[in-house]
Amino acid sequence: MSSVTLRMLPPTGRLARLGRAGGDVGSLRLIERHARVYRHAWLIFASGIFEPLFYLLSVGLGLGVLVGKVPGPGGQLIPYRDFVAPGLLAVSSMNGAMYDSTFNIFFRMKYAKLYDAILATPMRPAQVALGEIGWALLRGTIYAVAFILVMLALGLVHSAWAVLAVPSAVLIGFAFAAIGMTGTTFMKSWQDFDYVILASMPLFLFSATFYPLGVYPRAVQVIVECTPLYQGVVLLRDLTIGVVGPDLLWRAGYLAVLGLAGLYVAGRRLGKLLLV
Amino acid sequence: MAVFAPGGATPPGTPPRLGGLHPPKPPWPLAFRAFQCWLTVYRRIWRSSIWSSVLGPLFYLGAMGFGLGSLVDRHGTASLGGVSYLAFVAPAILASSAMNSAMGEATYPVFGSVKWNKIYIGAQASPLRPGDIYRGHLMFMTMRLTMNAAVVTVFMVGFGAAESAWVVLAWPAAVLTGLAFAAPIAAWAVTVKSENSFAYLFRFGMMPLMLFSGTFFPLSQLPGWLRLLAYVTPLWHGVDLCRALSLGDIDLPMALIHVGYLSALAAAGIWLGARTYRRRLYV
Repeated sequence: MSSVTLRMLPPTGRLARLGRAGGDVGSLRLIERHARVYRHAWLIFASGIFEPLFYLLSVGLGLGVLVGKVPGPGGQLIPYRDFVAPGLLAVSSMNGAMYDSTFNIFFRMKYAKLYDAILATPMRPAQVALGEIGWALLRGTIYAVAFILVMLALGLVHSAWAVLAVPSAVLIGFAFAAIGMTGTTFMKSWQDFDYVILASMPLFLFSATFYPLGVYPRAVQVIVECTPLYQGVVLLRDLTIGVVGPDLLWRAGYLAVLGLAGLYVAGRRLGKLLLV
Repeated sequence: MAVFAPGGATPPGTPPRLGGLHPPKPPWPLAFRAFQCWLTVYRRIWRSSIWSSVLGPLFYLGAMGFGLGSLVDRHGTASLGGVSYLAFVAPAILASSAMNSAMGEATYPVFGSVKWNKIYIGAQASPLRPGDIYRGHLMFMTMRLTMNAAVVTVFMVGFGAAESAWVVLAWPAAVLTGLAFAAPIAAWAVTVKSENSFAYLFRFGMMPLMLFSGTFFPLSQLPGWLRLLAYVTPLWHGVDLCRALSLGDIDLPMALIHVGYLSALAAAGIWLGARTYRRRLYV
């Protein structure tokens, strides 16, 4: 996969000339760097596809039989596996982006001293932030496409709108990558990562991923509706089931605003942290 | 004493030279010293880990037992043996969270003690032998497993998910399940060259075990060949043992098989660990 990425990117020499011409390609160089590094770990990268496969298989074989049918978007009863698959896609987009933007960035910042090296070049902190998020999105896109293909193969996609599920999954990844990166700039030690898990686990479990929102009392429903993952889950579920309304636009807008705000803050904070 | 100075006999009272024989030290007291080192570290960082140890199982029990449980119970629980989904899934959460924390404690911290913060390398400069370093760390992991399993057991009882007083034995059963993973995994983790190996363990070990070991749905729903595979996995033995104790539905020979299998894995790990640590730490 990474070799494909490499072929998409122009060679360094041309990049440099583009850079001198004034184009903002610094962040692309960071993506190229990661692609080169991951060439040695491509098997981990590729094995990511097994995760949705395992989850969907366990739902199809096990939980789906136990649960039967649940009310889906629009209120009609749908099989449980159709209900839960888009939720799992949203979760895996969130988790992938969160881990990439917290654990990996922290490691690069504190141990590998990657950014110290990068900032000794003409690259600026905002470009580093943009490059990291760009890389997270590139990975997220590949995983989302793989996930949708698995869903398609298992017969879990019911509408042509599902084409839009890929960019939507990437949008979820963008929002969480930006938030995660902002959080990382506040972290001091590995122990702080317990808080990352503490934030992502309830989102994963309670954002109407495994059961409809109607299970909760109204007060809890309002809280859940405010969380970004819930909006992402609804977005993907409506698209793969094929119940599409204009409300999806503001849900997507919410995620985009969150991502842009995170990107802005993370870029500024990185600058303060690294350019001392 | 076989060591003599070239000029004559060693003067009385001088300690044996390097290369001479140290009096053999009993294995556990020295391991306890290594354990104390981990306690000192833990005293500084327990605050952050306490949140995930307490809230993690609480969230899981809430989401799976109550949220998903409300759907399952409405659909009928005959395949679960007639018990509520909460009662079915809670002991499985106990066992699988023991596996998860065992895998967490026995991978990155072990690898990091060689490669990143070099705690093992420091300990190696003391009279501790590699086996002591391993056993001390394992004692610390056991302590963490005991703490985490206690929290989950208390929640189970508090939520009314335990149907029998035998659930107090599900607590040590979960610790044993964790140890059956922690001991061999730590023995392996000290030998790996790159932390990337752990990604495979989590993806191809932890995740499928968590999903297909009779945790969230009964094994009877799996196709035959997959069921046979599940019977071999340690997590299934842990889940089945904890579930039998929590539901009060105990089949003694089966329970003994579970305990024996898990103990054998832990013992094999302890035997192996002393050897892999020696190979890795004596350069």
